[in-house]
Amino acid sequence: MLHKLSLKQLHDGLKNKDFTSKELTGHYLDRIAKHDVNLNSFISVTSEHALAQAQEADKIIQRGEQTGMLTGIPIAQKDIFCTKGIKTTCCSKILAEFTPPYDATVIKKYQENNSIMIGKTNMDEFAMGGSNENSYFGLCANPWDLTRVPGGSSGGSASAVAARLCPGATGTDTGGSIRQPASFCGISGIKPTYGRISRYGMIAFASSLDQAGPMAPSAEDLAIMLQAMAGKDSQDMTSANIEVPNYLSYINESLKGKKVGLPKEFFQDGLDDKIRSKIEDAIEVLKQQGVEFVEISLPNSVLAVPTYYIIGPCEASSNLARYDGVRYGYRTNNPKNLESLYKDSRAEGFGDEVKRRILIGTYALSSGYYDAYYQKAQKIRKVIKEDFDKAFEKVDLILGPTTPSFAYKIGAMTKDPVKMYLGDIFTIPANLAGLPGMSIPVGFSNNMPIGMQLIGKAFAEPEMLNMAHIYQQNTDWHTQIPEKYTT
Amino acid sequence: MPWQPVIGLEVHVQLKTKSKIFSPAPTVFGAEPNVQANVVDLALPGVLPFLNDEVVNMAIKFGLGAHATINKRSVFARKHYFYPDLPKGYQISQNKFPIISGGYIDIPVANDKIKRVKLTRAHLEEDAGKSIHYEGENKSGIDLNRAGMPLLEIVSEPELRSASEAVTFLKTLHNLVQYLDICDGNMQEGSFRCDANISIRLSEEHEFGTRVEIKNINSFKFVEQAINYEIERQTDCIKHSEEIVQETRLFDSAQKVTKSMRSKENAHDYRYFAEPDLPPLLIEQETIDKIRHSMPELPWDKKQRFIEQYELSDYDAAILTADKNIAYYFENVCKETKASNKITANWIAGELMGQLNKTGASIKNCPISANYMAEMLDKIADGTISGKIGKTVFEELWLGKQTVAEIISSKGLSQISDPKELEQVIQEIINKFPSQVGEYKSGKDKLFGFFVGQVMQVTKGRANPGLLQEMLKNLLSK
Repeated sequence: MLHKLSLKQLHDGLKNKDFTSKELTGHYLDRIAKHDVNLNSFISVTSEHALAQAQEADKIIQRGEQTGMLTGIPIAQKDIFCTKGIKTTCCSKILAEFTPPYDATVIKKYQENNSIMIGKTNMDEFAMGGSNENSYFGLCANPWDLTRVPGGSSGGSASAVAARLCPGATGTDTGGSIRQPASFCGISGIKPTYGRISRYGMIAFASSLDQAGPMAPSAEDLAIMLQAMAGKDSQDMTSANIEVPNYLSYINESLKGKKVGLPKEFFQDGLDDKIRSKIEDAIEVLKQQGVEFVEISLPNSVLAVPTYYIIGPCEASSNLARYDGVRYGYRTNNPKNLESLYKDSRAEGFGDEVKRRILIGTYALSSGYYDAYYQKAQKIRKVIKEDFDKAFEKVDLILGPTTPSFAYKIGAMTKDPVKMYLGDIFTIPANLAGLPGMSIPVGFSNNMPIGMQLIGKAFAEPEMLNMAHIYQQNTDWHTQIPEKYTT
Repeated sequence: MPWQPVIGLEVHVQLKTKSKIFSPAPTVFGAEPNVQANVVDLALPGVLPFLNDEVVNMAIKFGLGAHATINKRSVFARKHYFYPDLPKGYQISQNKFPIISGGYIDIPVANDKIKRVKLTRAHLEEDAGKSIHYEGENKSGIDLNRAGMPLLEIVSEPELRSASEAVTFLKTLHNLVQYLDICDGNMQEGSFRCDANISIRLSEEHEFGTRVEIKNINSFKFVEQAINYEIERQTDCIKHSEEIVQETRLFDSAQKVTKSMRSKENAHDYRYFAEPDLPPLLIEQETIDKIRHSMPELPWDKKQRFIEQYELSDYDAAILTADKNIAYYFENVCKETKASNKITANWIAGELMGQLNKTGASIKNCPISANYMAEMLDKIADGTISGKIGKTVFEELWLGKQTVAEIISSKGLSQISDPKELEQVIQEIINKFPSQVGEYKSGKDKLFGFFVGQVMQVTKGRANPGLLQEMLKNLLSK
């Protein structure tokens, strides 16, 4: 039952030589082989690479060296992080055969921690989507109900962790892509402050919003993974030059006297009643720990979705210009001339949602429209950030639902992208403001998990992990595993 | 009625850094295609730009040299267009908030006057790669070694009024960036190239006409030819009541004409927006002050100093400071030689620069070191050799095989200044031409020159001319 252990328990078990990294890695590889046929949460399973890394890790443990918390522990990487010599596709046809000659900083950091990379996970193409239905490599299913989506864009990572095919996985979050799938799959996930984790080698969608983060069953697991991932990187000028605290050392602090704001805009009519009631239960649990709650307002957060769907596509249209069929990636057969090389390679290589966003972004940035769209969106972004600044004068953290609804049926939203976009209504404000946000499971309704979101001030990850951990010490939602995957 | 040209220039100055503007790849010219392009230059998925501080310092240096404002906050922006040698599909440049604003360059114009040409701005950007089209073959090659090379684009106000003024402006700027040591100035390799914006109008009082841009001109000569051609073409258009179209043209240096490249309707919509991968560039006053204190002497200051310190004419000082390496050479020779500054200046501006021009050599790898030049000038000054013989020594020195002393002794070039030795030669000549001596003595003074010539012939020009005059007069009158 190795897959029921937390990262800390796995670390202790390896250190005490209860099992080896090779056994642990083998166990997870077996689970992937057994269960992933139905889930499709992995794009590549890097068995050989993983077992070779495990052997190295075992040597380190054998020598009795001081080992990091992740030494010998398998982690799955979202297929958005460049891995040297290992195919990195971003789940796009245009990169379907792309093998990077370099490692992303996040990958390097896991390597430096002697963690094992067990595989690369499924996602929406170029991280655009909230259901994993936009992957060139096919749907990924929600382990709680295979007819439902796992969320997205980090759907593969969420699905794999929920089914315990790996003890933890990385994700990226541009408008909710860690928190929403974590919520849909009943696991924990944190999108740290913008700049906390290097974006170098993480394939860009919207540069000013993209942020990597860990996904795992518990807040304690997240603290261990975030510790490995965070820090200033000389190769990313937008990474923050702020010291990384020891996250584990904060998680057991008392919550007495902590003040949490409940934004009234997050609890209005659109919210599913079952979600509302589970959040209210969670508030009660926290109240018993001495947390005080006050109502606050984030008046401009209602503008977050349209603002995001200007800024995101604008940056995406620019970031994706490099996929032109010239140097690497998919190239159309027999282009007639340069223009057809570009047009056909891109038309054949990108999926519909990616094309939709490239078109929106190109339009919004074009001369004559820039002021009305991009410029205005940047102004609203500033106002949304100011709402948060004001709120945080009164409260330590903000709490609310992660999503307005549960994981929906596969195919339910594909005809209505705008409806799907509105599913990000609670997660997007944190991205626009550059603030940390996390989602933790707070219960079920009809056997489908419900997530609760915490939003903090910039670099308030310790406080957020602390509150989530104390909550999880008093509840067991995060230890729930879908029936089929318990053994 | 003559039409007045209105010209503004955009000059691309390649900054002389060791590595590229946003990647650690080296910048050495002439490497095998694509070996100096790393993952960032190739725009692989996931890479991010990292700003090279050296580039910023060089831009600040330029700003100080051009009396401009150094903006404490500037913003990089993405400029989008699709082309195979532009790997990201956008160029990182600066748009609304450049690093340098304003400033001016003083240029010499007719009648010893100075014209002040204002600058609009100067901004940092990266260069694109190169496309190589194979003639007659159905293929093109792409070399990304140049992709990501650091450029400072300097934009002048439309204040130039002729092709020659434009060239003078460019030469002054070319000299300045080399003095500042921020550009190697190599125009063949594209380190210094310009776009020219040209329109014509009836007179100073009239509004600007429709502007035409000529792209990527890489020599002073071509700038002059392209602008003159364009002025003529636009004047003709007006004469024939044709409309001047706002467009981008290219200069064909073989046919010496400009050709339309794209019209305004087909102009790119660059879709600029602030580069989200780079935070705004913030410059501290301390950095500016530090650079200000380490600024090299600028060309105009050096020229003024040469006039004062070496008592040179305005003309000589201008020639000697037009290239900082020549100026440096001149000062080194002056330090070493006993010859006068004027004679030193004449030799360097005349003989040496003539030889450099003729052979296409650069002063940096001049075969005659400043030490040798000083030694040779000393030999002239102390009478060992005559000025005329000096030219022979100079030519030998240029071959770079022998020292000054070796040349003089091996070729027997030293001046005969020993009265005994000279007396012997003079006596021989007197003995050889008794009738001429008789005629001279009977009053035919003109024959004096004949005897001088004879002595010089025998001594191969080595007789000390002053001593020869004196002794010949004495001996002939005996």
